[in-house]
Amino acid sequence: MARIDLVDLAHSYSGDDAPPESFALKPMTMTWRQGGAYALLGPSGCGKTTLLNLISGIVTPSRGKILFNGKDITPLSTQKRNIAQVFQFPVIYDTMTVGENLAFPLKNRGVPKPEISARVRRIADLLDLAPYLNRKATRLTADAKQKISLGRGLVRSDVAAILFDEPLTVIDPELKWQLRSKLKALHRELDLTMIYVTHDQTEALTFADTVVVMHDGRVVQSGTPAELFDKPAHTFVGYFIGSPGMNIVPAQVDGREARIDGHTIGLHRNYGVLPAGAKIEIGVRPEFVDVAPPASGLLSAMIERIDDLGRIRFARVRVGDSKFAARVPPGFSVPDNMAGLVFDPAHVHVYADSRLVEGVA
Amino acid sequence: MDKTVNQKAWFLVLPVFLVVAFSAVIPLMTVVNYSMQDTFGNNQFFWNGVGWFKELLDPSTDLGERFFASLWRNLIFSAIILAIEIPLGIVVALSMPREGWTVAVCLVILALPLLIPFNVVGTIWQIFGRPDIGLLGYTLNSLGIPYNYVSNELDAWATVIVMDVWHWTSLVALLCYAGLKSIPDAYYQAAQIDGASRWAVFRAIQLPKMNRVLLIAVLLRFMDSFMIYTEPFVVTGGGPGNSTTFISIELVKIALGQFDLGKAAALSLVYNLIILIVCWVFYTVMTNAGAERPQKEGAV
Repeated sequence: MARIDLVDLAHSYSGDDAPPESFALKPMTMTWRQGGAYALLGPSGCGKTTLLNLISGIVTPSRGKILFNGKDITPLSTQKRNIAQVFQFPVIYDTMTVGENLAFPLKNRGVPKPEISARVRRIADLLDLAPYLNRKATRLTADAKQKISLGRGLVRSDVAAILFDEPLTVIDPELKWQLRSKLKALHRELDLTMIYVTHDQTEALTFADTVVVMHDGRVVQSGTPAELFDKPAHTFVGYFIGSPGMNIVPAQVDGREARIDGHTIGLHRNYGVLPAGAKIEIGVRPEFVDVAPPASGLLSAMIERIDDLGRIRFARVRVGDSKFAARVPPGFSVPDNMAGLVFDPAHVHVYADSRLVEGVA
Repeated sequence: MDKTVNQKAWFLVLPVFLVVAFSAVIPLMTVVNYSMQDTFGNNQFFWNGVGWFKELLDPSTDLGERFFASLWRNLIFSAIILAIEIPLGIVVALSMPREGWTVAVCLVILALPLLIPFNVVGTIWQIFGRPDIGLLGYTLNSLGIPYNYVSNELDAWATVIVMDVWHWTSLVALLCYAGLKSIPDAYYQAAQIDGASRWAVFRAIQLPKMNRVLLIAVLLRFMDSFMIYTEPFVVTGGGPGNSTTFISIELVKIALGQFDLGKAAALSLVYNLIILIVCWVFYTVMTNAGAERPQKEGAV
């Protein structure tokens, strides 16, 4: 049980004196609170796994400190940190039974036998592994193996946090749901800090109460799933979260108005002072742009195709050089390929050099 | 559905059939033929039935005595070789670097002894161990350790064993190294997180993952050491006395030295059978050791 603080933490695989832009993890300071369910979301190669390995001690940071409950543990080895980690591919010890696998971390730490068997029993019950305890672990299915990996983390009573490194990659889709809800239940029951690395937004959004989005070695936004959806702090977050992603188009913004392709859209807030020379874009989620019959007051667009997602339809449209995804209202039929776009001003955001600009109400 | 009958297909297996016949079946049957007969040269053969086999397996006869003596020597030799080379090979593999330019250096150094022709290995050690001019023999004797593989049985054995260890430990080490390299990093990381000691990592991860290559290493080293001929023949010539006369050396003496084709044929068949049986036992024991016991009913 612990709060984890990262202080100016940075890492480069080619040494501390490497150029700053080549760092796998750019300097960051952040806090993971005790008992939180975090998802670390980002594309492959954005530094998620590096961050995770730094926390567990598999990798030693080039710079900065890691604190558990205020205590600096940066120099401690993995063995001495109270961290559990579940890897992408299930790691089980082939020659041991399921029970021996679960007991392994305790045995290594010299825990007395009766206590080991009590802990193993309890964790096996929690994970529904009790019937398998005396079986060899080799022949089990991938999801059972992954549960064993998880169990080896949970079995230690002193564990400060459990780190998951894309743990459901090799699990069948149907079992993924089961295992993910199992994780949520365990999180509620055991009050553990969990950090879950994934590049799958559905996994991140359903698992976590705080989603941390990483991009190119930096944390670009951390917040609840709703915050990430409603107010992406970075165009990358807007684009990466949501399906389809946020529409991000170049625009000229002046006060309460934005101009796209010569057409003016009203904005909810006033953007008086924008950084000079910055690349100005507006971002709006497809859910807040509706397709309508062409009209003089609307931004006119050409419909390229319509994607039917079942409950909702999205039109892919073209405005000048930019592409948009927009919601197709139920019952809307397109007379020809021309349409107008209706924006919801409350959900149109302005970005300067990819970062969200807070307007004045 | 009608099946097409085409007997011409048999011609397609004919080449394989011929190769196997000439490379394995016919030579083996010739040996079987010899083992049942006696000859006094001039291509004259006399039927002897299982006579040679009876004599071979009866320790009170000359042939039987020589066979059992060399068999024991060979079994002891193989046991010592395996007991040294397998653990040593594992240790060498474990202490090799995992990455960097040193890997290539280690691999080349390890491969060197394997690339030397067998009789050259024998010659190297024969000279190396000589008390008068050999580096090893001369040094040992100068240090006051009496060492002479020509006259002392123990010294002869030590030389032959050290030579074999020098020659073949690399093979075991290379096989084990390949096994170790195939273990994903996640295993080591998980073991770190589980707080495993170095020994626990070896027992729980490395040894089980090397199981397969170790089986191959044990089989290869057993077969090779059980069939060893060239190196001890070059170094000691089977002596002093008969102390390093292994089965293959005995076989050559009987077949080519005395030209007792019948006795030699019977001996080589039994020799072959022993190797097959011992390899089968190793294989069965080692593959079953890692396998799961049959599950009890209802344990699902």
